[in-house]
Amino acid sequence: MILVTGATRRTFLAGAGGTLAALALAPTSASADAKMVADEIRKLYGDRPLKDGRIKLNLPSIAENGFAVPLSFEVESPMMEADYVTSVHVFADGNPSPLVVSYKFTPLAPKAAASIRMRLARTQSVVAVAEMSNGDLYTASKEVKVTIGGCGG
Amino acid sequence: MAAPKPRVRIPSTAKAGEVIEVKTLISHEMESGLRKDGAGKTIPRKIIKQFTASFNGKEIFRADWQPAISANPYQSFFVRVPETGTFTFEWLDDDGSVYRSEHTVAVE
Repeated sequence: MILVTGATRRTFLAGAGGTLAALALAPTSASADAKMVADEIRKLYGDRPLKDGRIKLNLPSIAENGFAVPLSFEVESPMMEADYVTSVHVFADGNPSPLVVSYKFTPLAPKAAASIRMRLARTQSVVAVAEMSNGDLYTASKEVKVTIGGCGG
Repeated sequence: MAAPKPRVRIPSTAKAGEVIEVKTLISHEMESGLRKDGAGKTIPRKIIKQFTASFNGKEIFRADWQPAISANPYQSFFVRVPETGTFTFEWLDDDGSVYRSEHTVAVE
């Protein structure tokens, strides 16, 4: 019985220590905002118009754990030499740095679709921008509520 | 840390022209370069910065990963199998290491 109590106490102390360590790891750098995302998009594509549609962006509305938020997308396209999706960029406007991932597709890809897991520091909007081989740009975005931030804090 | 180990789920046979989903996972801490250690020193960034998928040496797509990608990164995507051939998946680490995984898919 004494042994069991001891183990419980050790477990408790280890847990408390872990919490303190996690607090010490809280990020200090400023986070991105919607304007930074807009600036990044302008840097990549200039002032070309962004259209809505063609991108199906799948994200949870509420993410309990910001360390691994599932993201998947599919861009509507025939994916043939004459007409395909050349790139897809994903941004998060509340992360320390807005860009999350960039995909470069070739016509060999049968679908401009992928899924990945990403970190989200806090509740924020995730924005995807797809560029077509004819230069058209499409965008989609979704807000994700984050319960526990995923950038060390 | 042990050397990152890629894991890939891909069928070994397919019909000619079939579109298949490939799921990949690799063990890697994806250290963002933003975290601090107990002494308040920033832990240097060390992530896998690029993933490439190719078929018989021709690139299908590539993904440039940023520090916002989760630890032990998962990546799934679609490929077409035009003929019997080899898919190569490569993960490029910040330190220059390349982790490679090759899979032959036979057309029935």
